[in-house]
Amino acid sequence: MILYNLNHLRILESEAIYVIRETAAQFERPALLFSGGKDSIVMVHLARKAFFPARIPFPLVHIDTGHNFPETITFRDKLVSEIGATLLVGSVQDSIDKGRAVEEKGINASRNMLQTVTLLDTIEENKFDACLGGARRDEEKARAKERFFSHRDEFGQWDPKNQRPELWNLMNGKKNIGEHFRVFPLSNWTEMDVWQYIAMEGLELPSIYFAHDRDCVQRDGQILSASEHLSLRPEEKIERMHVRYRTVGDMTCTGAVLSPASTLSDIIHEIAASRTTERGTRTDDKRSETAMEDRKKQGYF
Amino acid sequence: MDIRDLDNYHNMELLRFTTAGSVDDGKSTLIGRLLYDSKSIFEDQLEAVERTSKLKGFEHVDLALLTDGLKAEREQGITIDVAYRYFATPKRKFIIADTPGHIQYTRNMVTGASTANLALILVDARKGILEQTNRHSFIASLLQIPHIIVCINKMDLVDYSQEVFDRTVSEYKKLSSRLDVKDVHFIPISALKGDNVVDKSENMPWYQGSTLMYLLENIHISSDENHIDCRFPVQYVIRPQATEFHDFRGYAGRIASGVFKPGDTVKILPSGFTSRIKSILPLHALNVTDTIDEAFSPMSVTMTLDTDVDISRGDMIVRENNNPTISQDIDMMICWMSERPMMANGKYAVKHTSKDARCIIKEIRYKVDINSLHRLENDKNIGMNDIARIQIRTTLPLFFDSYRKNRITGSIILIDEATNETVGAGMII
Repeated sequence: MILYNLNHLRILESEAIYVIRETAAQFERPALLFSGGKDSIVMVHLARKAFFPARIPFPLVHIDTGHNFPETITFRDKLVSEIGATLLVGSVQDSIDKGRAVEEKGINASRNMLQTVTLLDTIEENKFDACLGGARRDEEKARAKERFFSHRDEFGQWDPKNQRPELWNLMNGKKNIGEHFRVFPLSNWTEMDVWQYIAMEGLELPSIYFAHDRDCVQRDGQILSASEHLSLRPEEKIERMHVRYRTVGDMTCTGAVLSPASTLSDIIHEIAASRTTERGTRTDDKRSETAMEDRKKQGYF
Repeated sequence: MDIRDLDNYHNMELLRFTTAGSVDDGKSTLIGRLLYDSKSIFEDQLEAVERTSKLKGFEHVDLALLTDGLKAEREQGITIDVAYRYFATPKRKFIIADTPGHIQYTRNMVTGASTANLALILVDARKGILEQTNRHSFIASLLQIPHIIVCINKMDLVDYSQEVFDRTVSEYKKLSSRLDVKDVHFIPISALKGDNVVDKSENMPWYQGSTLMYLLENIHISSDENHIDCRFPVQYVIRPQATEFHDFRGYAGRIASGVFKPGDTVKILPSGFTSRIKSILPLHALNVTDTIDEAFSPMSVTMTLDTDVDISRGDMIVRENNNPTISQDIDMMICWMSERPMMANGKYAVKHTSKDARCIIKEIRYKVDINSLHRLENDKNIGMNDIARIQIRTTLPLFFDSYRKNRITGSIILIDEATNETVGAGMII
């Protein structure tokens, strides 16, 4: 008997493409939330495959805090022009200027929380009814409870205790006017799966994922990048360090890791030996035990 | 053991399994051990759990806190919902759908079981087969999970007695003879002490079988997929609006079952037209000329056909001489998942493969007592967590197989049109 086998990455790929196509089929105005991070780069690649040889039939949406790593923005613009996608940028600075959001104060001020306002405004303005995101269940304990198709009420809120059961591969995207869905095709992927997939497919990534020399500040066990957005405490000093990033968020809340890993293969080996999760480098998750759950309920990514 | 053998990942398989159990049977301990021994728990996660356990005044580290993600769950010490956990060994990546044992057990177990290749059922060696063992096994059989591993746990508390193990096995076999289960394995373990979980136990020399981890890594799953009956539900039609691909019409979807090859004569449902497969884009390369020789479930692909036929989402491409049943009258077992009871003669929306329709509940035949497995012919009140046999009539003909033969084309969900909630999980008979 002939055996028909697919490896785990191809099965995950097939599942993700199925979910992306289901989103395009069930919703009128989907969008893909694109941060420039590795998970959203994988998402764009999967979306291209899902509709090839046609172009991706929905826009990419970037919620720009103004505190991005410049490398991420350069990468974003190059990718968008290469694949001929439409990019919409929702700006947190605009939300602040319009008085929709208020800048945080203090030494650890971050625009992370403000993104929710801009995100929900962008969704409403463009009447998006489904937003595809690259979040994974292994990232964080509140995300472990997410569905592929996650319902949001007219305020953009998530009600984790009252989620629809998701059976077999049957996705229920029915909703009332004003409500929307968040869709997570990478739900079943782990950090390692993402890296192995990037290596298998030979995907390009922003340079900050690979080891490089950078001016950094050590604060509360995190290595933060020195930048115009980061104010220093009197005792803090800038040091030159050899680092890379495991996740990419804002410069103000994403920590770097000391690392010599300069190739995909180095990174895969480093993660295999790593004893902490990637979200361990995010100060936005450490604000409280339920930081992610609280933000998600309000409409965060 | 190098957990993530880095050169091997191209050959790693994926196994989805479900666990079910109540608070005391050691399920959390067992999952914790599988995650811990495969190095899938990280230091920051473990530290957080240790901190919380200490604050709550527990003597030991409560590994259940790893899976309980939501505030309400941690406050109440319960699991609300199916929790998904991931671990990997050099051979396989595992997805665990961990379902809680309290009130909403049936709804959650059915959800977790719907995508599982394997069910892990825990039995406390001191207590033997309980009502909940019946329940779990019945659901595993109803959902047609291909493999069952019965772990007879807490063997350390019965002096690693072979007699206790043998007695429990024969008790279970009596139960399973009344069910439709194909492949059942029994392992005597102690999740707490680690006997026969990853390493072979020295305390039970009388047990000659494999350890749990060995079985999870080696159980034969490649024939779980149906590679005989060709079913391709069309999910999306690809028509690039570009001069370069002016005449391109691709039918995109995930193969539900069977093997498709270019040149195959196929039939399109519901029109009944026949055509031939021109090419199959495998999606491995973003290139129209890089096609493949065959495609099989569960691959997501795009097919092109020789002739121009009118095909849209919800249609199904099948082989000429192997067709599914086409009907509007459908018999099924259903698990009810809503606080609002099933309405006799009520109307619901349905989703089946890529097709949307509406239906009316024509007849409620009987309800199943999932503890005793008796049919309750006179009880027609179907509420949350109930399992029943019903007949529906749909607004459009559906193309289906029996759930026993095909878990994709044999499954259906019912949706309440007033609330948009998924209220029923149906398995076509």
